[in-house]
Amino acid sequence: MADSFDPKIVAFCCKYCAYAAGDLAGSMRLSYPTNIRIIQVPCTGRVDIIHLLRAIEDGADGVYVAGCLEGECHFLTGNLKTKKKVTFVRQTLEEIGIEPERVQMFNLSSAMGPRFAEIATEMTAKISKLGPNVVEARKAA
Amino acid sequence: MIVADRKPVPEILEMVSNDQNILLLGCKGCVTVCNTGGLKEVQVLASTLKIARKKEGNPLKIKEEVLERQCDPEYIEEIRDSYDNYDAIISMACGVGPQFLSEAYPDQRVLPAVNTTFFGGAVRHGVWEERCAGCGTCGIHHFGGLCPIARCSKSLLHGPCGGSANGSCEIAKDVECIWDMIVRKKMEQGRLDDLQQIRSAKDWLTARDGGPRRSIREELTE
Repeated sequence: MADSFDPKIVAFCCKYCAYAAGDLAGSMRLSYPTNIRIIQVPCTGRVDIIHLLRAIEDGADGVYVAGCLEGECHFLTGNLKTKKKVTFVRQTLEEIGIEPERVQMFNLSSAMGPRFAEIATEMTAKISKLGPNVVEARKAA
Repeated sequence: MIVADRKPVPEILEMVSNDQNILLLGCKGCVTVCNTGGLKEVQVLASTLKIARKKEGNPLKIKEEVLERQCDPEYIEEIRDSYDNYDAIISMACGVGPQFLSEAYPDQRVLPAVNTTFFGGAVRHGVWEERCAGCGTCGIHHFGGLCPIARCSKSLLHGPCGGSANGSCEIAKDVECIWDMIVRKKMEQGRLDDLQQIRSAKDWLTARDGGPRRSIREELTE
């Protein structure tokens, strides 16, 4: 089971940092797992609680938000606001017995291509270890 | 506005443990303003309940709706044609909403998703505080516009108790002693004498002590 598990991970990436870092990772020909489905957002502040919950509800094995370094948000505080939303979602998942580690927040700058690849690898490894999202697993069974 | 807090998810899950199909009903009134039971909160709770039930292998079908208000019969009537399509209705309004629904649809189960807490306002983003106790006879003009009934832990009407220290109440340091504020304000205004006036005892019959209350405005009745 563990060998065949290929996690589906949704990544909400800020256009000013993580998404650009993803581009840079590509230009640098860095490889990272193909499990990541990137959604570009104009700022991580745009990501709402419901987006993260719906991803889990619809069967994503992991979700992460990748925004600017703290204090360097293009819109000043979007990343800090979403950091609190991510915390809320993690608490909610814990309350209903789902591993909060499935939802994460990362911070990086647009110059950090290697870090982008590292985050994708790190998240894929973490979710692979956790196993499939039980919501999706139930559906498949 | 009326302020409420959402109940813990496990408590709500327990209420609908035997149901398969529910209506989750928000309210665009006070609970939207205090971010507890408006459209966004309905969506978040619905998604959370669905995840929890999918996890159990017992999916829950949820119809999400938000009424203009749940404290006026005409809006409650909006679901007349559909209310019995569900095993239960979860209301995210204050305590008034589920009761109006229960009265309008006696054969349906109506469940509360929030704990209604107090009459208050937002002192800053995300923080609400109590300001009114709904005692039925407002007398805040005697106290510098500040209500000792709602804001003093003991609802004292004649000055601070011995538990007032450095502006804080003895129950917790982050609870301000409203009597400290009243006295300071009166001193700053040079009106400390106001507090020495003898007033007749407060009539608590207008508060809950007189039983459930009713307000009738003859000019509006039909």
